[in-house]
Amino acid sequence: MAEHHDRSGRRLVLLVPYLWLLVFFLVPFLIVLKISFSQIAVAMPPYTPTFSLSQGWDGFVAAFRQLSFDNYVWLTEDDLYIRSYLSSVWIAFVSTIITLLVGYPVAYGMARAPSQWRATLLMLVILPFWTSFLIRVYAWIGILKPEGLLTVVLQTIGLLSPDEQVRILNTTTAVYIGIVYSYLPFMVLPLYSALEKMDASLLEAAEDLGCHPLKAFWVITFPLSLPGVIAGCFLVFIPAVGEFVIPDLLGGSGTLMIGKTLWSEFFNNRDWPVSSAVAVILLAVLIIPIVLFQRAQQRAQEREAG
Amino acid sequence: MATKGTAAKKAAPRKAAAKAAPQKTAARAKAKPEISAEKSKMVGSVRRSFAPWTDPDAKPFILYENITKRFGDFTAVDDLTLGIYEREFFSLLGGSGCGKTTLLRMLAGFETPTEGRILLDGQDISKIPPYKRPVNMMFQSYALFPHMTVADNIAFGLKQDKMPKGEIADRVDEMLKLVKLEQFKSRKPHMLSGGQRQRVALARSIAKRPKVLLLDEPLGALDKKLREQTQFELIDLQQQLGLTFQIVTHDQEEAMTVSDRIAVMNQGKIIQVSTPAEMYEYPNSRFVADFIGDINLIEGTISSVSGGKVTVETADAGKLVVNQDLKADKGQTAWIAIRPEKVSIGLKKPAARTANVMSGEVWDIGYLGDVSTYHVKMPAGGIVKALQTNATRLVERPITWEDQAWLSFSPDGAVVLLS
Repeated sequence: MAEHHDRSGRRLVLLVPYLWLLVFFLVPFLIVLKISFSQIAVAMPPYTPTFSLSQGWDGFVAAFRQLSFDNYVWLTEDDLYIRSYLSSVWIAFVSTIITLLVGYPVAYGMARAPSQWRATLLMLVILPFWTSFLIRVYAWIGILKPEGLLTVVLQTIGLLSPDEQVRILNTTTAVYIGIVYSYLPFMVLPLYSALEKMDASLLEAAEDLGCHPLKAFWVITFPLSLPGVIAGCFLVFIPAVGEFVIPDLLGGSGTLMIGKTLWSEFFNNRDWPVSSAVAVILLAVLIIPIVLFQRAQQRAQEREAG
Repeated sequence: MATKGTAAKKAAPRKAAAKAAPQKTAARAKAKPEISAEKSKMVGSVRRSFAPWTDPDAKPFILYENITKRFGDFTAVDDLTLGIYEREFFSLLGGSGCGKTTLLRMLAGFETPTEGRILLDGQDISKIPPYKRPVNMMFQSYALFPHMTVADNIAFGLKQDKMPKGEIADRVDEMLKLVKLEQFKSRKPHMLSGGQRQRVALARSIAKRPKVLLLDEPLGALDKKLREQTQFELIDLQQQLGLTFQIVTHDQEEAMTVSDRIAVMNQGKIIQVSTPAEMYEYPNSRFVADFIGDINLIEGTISSVSGGKVTVETADAGKLVVNQDLKADKGQTAWIAIRPEKVSIGLKKPAARTANVMSGEVWDIGYLGDVSTYHVKMPAGGIVKALQTNATRLVERPITWEDQAWLSFSPDGAVVLLS
């Protein structure tokens, strides 16, 4: 009796996350999917058809027949969308590489620091999260703008003459800076956890067997930190592809990213069906790396379990 | 206690391995016989011919010269000088924090001596980085590379030496055969048992044929049965390869079994260096006597020293006599150190001429199957332990608690210690 009660309780607990995903992920996704198959209309909501219970079964069938792939076809006809996707993936890719190059030494330094410092260093990495993301990106405008802090500093130390100004804001460079800065903790944390649990005697063993310490880094440390590298890269790459705030605030009109395209489709053109189609494709583009990521995680877990 | 048994077993693999490695017999033939304490008798129950430390012309292969190592305020190794000979199986034995591992790590190059220098084959190696030293280490944690297969782990050191691929493959196969892991060649370390991992670590550390193999608690993670078996394999391996082994252990039985010589360390200093048998039979201090095996220490004052006989007046057992050449003054505090297995116990009073007779009440009995230990309380309050082999299944009148028992030991069985 008690056991039966216990088991149903366990099922209930399992049900909660599924219910959550159903209500807040699957249902909204299906709504977006449905809108992406609809047509733009001057109405409220601004698309057609709409399903309504008052029209009965025939009305439902009639509405269903009106759905079409037109928006997806449209996405392939105007190269703006393809260019946005490609540019987003490229910017996210380059940013991920830079974040890795910056994050790895940081994580390595933290993992090798005396153990009494590590908690503090970890805190310092997480600290920026205490300030709003939006405010931190705005702050970069103040630094990067032509008459901003960077110009002043460079002029003061003499690297720029007084009549010169830095031209970084509203370029792709500014977007890279913004993404690398914002997503660095997501790279550092998994790298740190991978490096920190590494047995220091492995490096001693490598050195003992005649391996130069620099080489030992590449043949021992780096391969063993790969799970952390993969996790960090996905944690940066996936949100960076769909990033909207950073390219909008720092990138100016010249930077093409799918998040911005989606935003202007939705708010400027009020074309909900097309922007929904953009969102569905974006999801498809991201699901591939997410699946790869999960598989890598699973493999790493199996390796540890074995 | 069990050290007796394991030490005696050593004879067999020694002999067998000598056949397999004739070059070693030559080296050993040159060596002089061991110091004998009595005119014609040898110390312990094992005959050894390898003893370069008794040869004044022999030069140590490894020489720690006035080595001091400090970590902040803590002195791990304190002005220590020690020579280890080629092909020797040398053990550093001591409790945790005694400096034994630090000494090993200084030879490997992971720690730098604060003072003093280390010579390897006559060459000062203090300035040589670890990756260039001709010594290899087997780590306590094994430190196997988890992302590499067994074969790749063993090949790692050879690859660093840029050995041709074919030779590497041959050497790896040879090593796998040596540690009997041929069929596990392409497994990753996490797919192996503890004993198998230990073998991989061993194979990896000897693959490069180092001049010296350092072993840091090599068998510490194995269970007792496997550990005992592996100890003999280690001895065979060392004989076959003709390498110098320096091992760190806190397990005295392990040290007794495998070593040519043992150094007992305490607080960064060496207390005694000698063969296992000498260490057991002639400890130089109460620390060593107590550290190695089980022993009775009976305190007293020296009442006479003459003609190789020392008489000690004790509170527990009156006058006790030990055959020993000792420089000591009358009235000096001394301890009679006598191993429990050298004390005989009986319920009948021994014959009148028997030396060193004591009597007391049986206080505790430990029946271990093969042997029994008896703790006998002396009239003055001290406890003397006696060990008796259970040679027959049935005993007519077993000794029991509160029996009045008679103990005695031969004047050759004990040692008088002054410190």
